[in-house]
Amino acid sequence: MAESKQFCTFYLGDLFFGVKVENVQEVFRYQDMTKVPLAPSAVRGLINLRGQIITAIDLRSRLGMEEWKEDKLPMNVVVRTEGGVVSLLVDEIADVLEVAEENFERPPDTIDEITRELVLGVYKLKDKLLLILDTKKTVHVGPAESLVATH
Amino acid sequence: MDKNSKSKPNSDLEEGMEPVAPDMTPDSINEDVAVSETGASSDDNLEEMSGMDAIVNEFLVESNENLDQLDQDLVDLEQNPTETGIIASIFRTIHTIKGTCGFIGFSKLESVAHVGESLLSKLREGELTINPPITSALLAMVDAIRQILSCIENSQNEGDVDYSELIGTLTSLQKGESVVTAVAASEAAPGLSKIKSTEEVSESLDEEEQSQPPAPLSQSPKSSVSEKQDDAESGVEKKQEGRGVADTNIRVDVKLLDRLMNLVGELVLARNQILQFNPNDQDSTYAATTQHLNLVTTELQEGVMKTRMQPIGNIWSKYPRVVRDLAASCGKKIRLEMEGKETELDKTLIEAIKDPLTHIVRNSADHGIETPEARKAAGKPEEGMLKLRAFHEGGQVNIEISDDGGGIDPERIKQKALEKNLITPERAARMSDRELVNLVFAPGFSTAAKITNVSGRGVGMDVVKTNIEKIGGTVDIQSTHGQGTTLKVKIPLTLAIIPALTITTGGDRYAIPQVNLLELVLLEGEQAKKNVEFIQGAPVYRLRGHLLPLIYLHEQLKVEKKEAKDTINIVVLQADDRQFGLVVEGVNDTEEIVVKPLSPQLKGIAAFSGATIMGDGKVALILDVIGLAQTAKVVTQNRERARVESSEKTQAAGSEKQTLLIFGIGKEGRMAIPLSMVARLEEFKRSDVERSGAQEVVQYRGEIMPLIYLSKIFNGNQDYAEKETMQAVVYTQNGKSVALVADKILDIVDEVITVQRGSNRKGTLGTVVVQDMVTDLLDAEAIVRENDPTFYEDQPLATVRIGN
Repeated sequence: MAESKQFCTFYLGDLFFGVKVENVQEVFRYQDMTKVPLAPSAVRGLINLRGQIITAIDLRSRLGMEEWKEDKLPMNVVVRTEGGVVSLLVDEIADVLEVAEENFERPPDTIDEITRELVLGVYKLKDKLLLILDTKKTVHVGPAESLVATH
Repeated sequence: MDKNSKSKPNSDLEEGMEPVAPDMTPDSINEDVAVSETGASSDDNLEEMSGMDAIVNEFLVESNENLDQLDQDLVDLEQNPTETGIIASIFRTIHTIKGTCGFIGFSKLESVAHVGESLLSKLREGELTINPPITSALLAMVDAIRQILSCIENSQNEGDVDYSELIGTLTSLQKGESVVTAVAASEAAPGLSKIKSTEEVSESLDEEEQSQPPAPLSQSPKSSVSEKQDDAESGVEKKQEGRGVADTNIRVDVKLLDRLMNLVGELVLARNQILQFNPNDQDSTYAATTQHLNLVTTELQEGVMKTRMQPIGNIWSKYPRVVRDLAASCGKKIRLEMEGKETELDKTLIEAIKDPLTHIVRNSADHGIETPEARKAAGKPEEGMLKLRAFHEGGQVNIEISDDGGGIDPERIKQKALEKNLITPERAARMSDRELVNLVFAPGFSTAAKITNVSGRGVGMDVVKTNIEKIGGTVDIQSTHGQGTTLKVKIPLTLAIIPALTITTGGDRYAIPQVNLLELVLLEGEQAKKNVEFIQGAPVYRLRGHLLPLIYLHEQLKVEKKEAKDTINIVVLQADDRQFGLVVEGVNDTEEIVVKPLSPQLKGIAAFSGATIMGDGKVALILDVIGLAQTAKVVTQNRERARVESSEKTQAAGSEKQTLLIFGIGKEGRMAIPLSMVARLEEFKRSDVERSGAQEVVQYRGEIMPLIYLSKIFNGNQDYAEKETMQAVVYTQNGKSVALVADKILDIVDEVITVQRGSNRKGTLGTVVVQDMVTDLLDAEAIVRENDPTFYEDQPLATVRIGN
């Protein structure tokens, strides 16, 4: 974490998250997507991003939070990962923040297990806490529920 | 590179060599070099170097890169003869090649590089200045090196082209001899043949020369290098087509081509989107522009796809060697014929079919073709024939590998399959020869009576089949025992852009690659309700008399059915050698789609092979037909497979099969009559019926046609009298007709009928099972005769009778 102090931040419910800014390709508003039947539940669908097909991962589902309300459309934070470009669906996109390294702490053991697994650490900001997301782990969603290739 | 500078002076020069340095025969030089260099290893050693494959490959890649630079450098050098930097660069390149090949043991390559290096070294040290003959000789050397490299790449040896002349030329130039003379001599030396060195100077360079008429050197030398090169290649060594040695070619990074391909894919999508804009405004300019865009895009797409195309000859080129070696080791005589070498397909596909094809060819040579003795005994020519044929058909590449060998013995296959428990004895007894032959594709099947070092290790045809299917291809085997075997491989031209059918289910669109598509069936209204039947809950549809297992896409994908319509869309698909019907909610359109891979999160889903962007910019998933079939258990079980095969087979055989008209008698009776006996089906109104004595008749086409009520005959009831309309089968014989009144016309089916004798019922030939239902076969003749004993008598009499 020491190597990066700039984070692209966003909200999920009342939680404030950040991912390393150099991992973020772009952010954009909600876009229609194509559902993928049989896909892991965290995969919300496929988006056509200027001719590139990217998988949208529902961060709420991934973090075990309650689903989006009907009227609230998520936004896309497109992150680059080893397996290609993936969009993370978030409630609302906030600023790019620069944070001081001395405010960093490992995530406390008491937070929810899934969240703790996906969160690298916490920055203590003046008025809130910034949870740093491990994008690599986040986009690694379980295998498809069924119809796993037999050959 | 500049081709012009290269070839002509070179050949002239070589031709001119002899008079000046007569004592320096190319062969002696060759030897010299070979000896003076690091105890060069022979070609044989190469064979043992499989462990060094990686090094060799690296060497090839590196050298080829260097050579491209070299061509440019040499031409630059000719323009700026004083530029020592360029000479140094060339020198280093050649030195590197020489050093590496000395290490790996490519003696011929080394010898060529060595003399080149010596010459360059002189140039570098300023002992010689560059001039056109030297440039040409150096370029020829680069070509020779490239040729050898391509040989190495294709066949793991240096080839048997003799480069001694070239070496001779380079050596002489190095000594500063004869340059001028050479040029002069060449001008006056059309008779080239005499300069051929005594030994087996194999055609390579020689032929190059011969193919070119000597041209005056005064102008900048020009000759069609590419043509020359082609000659050399085709004439000398079939093995060589692999690398683009031809100088008209540009080497392009495959990555760039891939990127271009992607961009063209985008363009195709954009084009599709534009075409979908409804031209409501009837703007002719708009229409013309889109039309133009459409055309250009299509052409561009084809063009870019072509850049990735390579002739199949690239992989075939090593087969002569493979077959020859095999033939030699098995003591067989085999002639290999290749047809359609120029048939092109995508580079990635070429790579993908390389191994399967090689396997098939080896198999044919090893198992297929018999020993000369056996062939003689069988009355065949001693020399076996192995034929490769490739051609384009229906947007696919067809490759046929046929041999006139022993064919596959179905009995032996059966024994083997039983031994290996691939089939049960009961199944085996019922399997046709064709089914048995196709068992060679079953996993773990190897028929070789003994394991040879060539094949027969049990990893055989199933792997071939899997690999071919992986790229969307199919493979089929046909064999006549004693006469030979033919394998037919069909593969798509390219993988990147494919035609596909788009369908809808659960409100979402999906694309189905057209290659899997056989036909579409639409069932409406009554048909939709009745024609889907169930076998223990598994839905089936009778497609022209054959049971087609149905898979409901929405069930497979576990999505909600959107609309409950009373129509059923069945997409008939081919997966493996099986057919099945995919029931979808809507069938949209066919279009060209650009296949994009799925992200790792979705890779595990067997139902999808990729995704694509549709004309409206939305993403659609591409269905993996084989994957679907497998998860739906359509193709996994041999039992299933065999069943359909057998039905296919009967279809092929056809002999016992009849088309039957099925009609209902009374409430439950079903009767059938061969359609061939039915002249037509008619409907009569009750009011049309008249009487002629006791006989009810109708006027039909200017004749009086008697009516025979079948339900009266078989059920003895009089229901027919109450009906407003009657359906009748018109039976005509000798120009005379009778109407056989049925209660209901039910269906027309193709069925193999096996008459169960024993039905003593009058008026029937027996009982058959049609569509899983007991059906009486009508004995029309008996019934007609019963009604009118004179019906089958001669025409005039009958006419009188009917006229009564």
